[in-house]
Amino acid sequence: MHELGIASSVLHEAQQEAQKHPRARLRMVKLRVGEMSGVNPEALHFCFEVLVRDSKLEPLQLEIESCARQQRCPACAQTFTVTNYNLACPQCGEAKTEFVSGDELELASLEMEDYEPGAA
Amino acid sequence: MSQVPLERKVLSENDRIAAQLRGRFAQEGVLCLNLISSPGSGKTTLLERTLEAFSANQRVAVLTGDIQTENDAARLRRFGFPVRQITTGGTCHLDARMIEHALAEWRPGAFDLLFIENVGNLVCPASYDLGEAAKIVVLSVTEGEDKPLKYPAIFLKSKLLVLSKTDLLPYVPFNIAAAEDNARRINPAIEIVKLSCLTGAGLDSWQQWIAERRRGLEVRAELVT
Repeated sequence: MHELGIASSVLHEAQQEAQKHPRARLRMVKLRVGEMSGVNPEALHFCFEVLVRDSKLEPLQLEIESCARQQRCPACAQTFTVTNYNLACPQCGEAKTEFVSGDELELASLEMEDYEPGAA
Repeated sequence: MSQVPLERKVLSENDRIAAQLRGRFAQEGVLCLNLISSPGSGKTTLLERTLEAFSANQRVAVLTGDIQTENDAARLRRFGFPVRQITTGGTCHLDARMIEHALAEWRPGAFDLLFIENVGNLVCPASYDLGEAAKIVVLSVTEGEDKPLKYPAIFLKSKLLVLSKTDLLPYVPFNIAAAEDNARRINPAIEIVKLSCLTGAGLDSWQQWIAERRRGLEVRAELVT
């Protein structure tokens, strides 16, 4: 259960970026989380909400794009999504394929809303 | 509404410090190994057997992480090598900054082999790079052989799987071939060592695995100079 620490790192990075845009207000943080990252998206959502609640960031939203494990076949160059832990190439049957992605824990983008400081 | 693309890792601050540590280890010729397992798989016992076999002139050091207590450090200090306990006070993993702080009190060049014993946990330590040359996952035969499928991240990121407590195989329904097969389904390149700290069986393969990696460092150092 390290999702609280992860959520706190997400907010830290997002706020740092938001400071570069004084005329905008942070509305949404978009993440990519791989199924092999060891991070549980549901728990991450929960921790994010707890940190944002009653803070000046409210009502900041979190959007998580889950990423499946991708492997690449060295024999036929096919890249495929792994289902049921089967790493063999679905096209040519090659058993030894290479890891491509699926361990993402990345900040993809921020959504900002135009905002006039002091106007509201 | 406007979109600001970021495209960076969430743990970029940890990764930055880990990269510094890795650079420092490379410069000082230090082999750093990060041991990860669930609580009770025998990380500390494996380190005891490992330290016991080293002669006193070997430059080995250990950082051992736990949520509370100095117990593991006390066990490991008996062998005369420098050992520091990192108590995380609740945090379920070690991060690169904790390693940086713990190393600050040791002078550079004091050791060329550093073991990091992570907090007992198969989930969270997988996410944190500590600047190590290799993550090593320890799985004891009293656990389930499907652990690699249940906790894939750490098996994917580890270079070596240590199957521990093999002396108990006659008494537990653990299918060692299935455990190896499951680990390779997650990570086909993972190396596997089977050992018992109680009988000593397989410890030679473990020591050899470490020795080969230390030699690899020496060869690289010679190529550089």
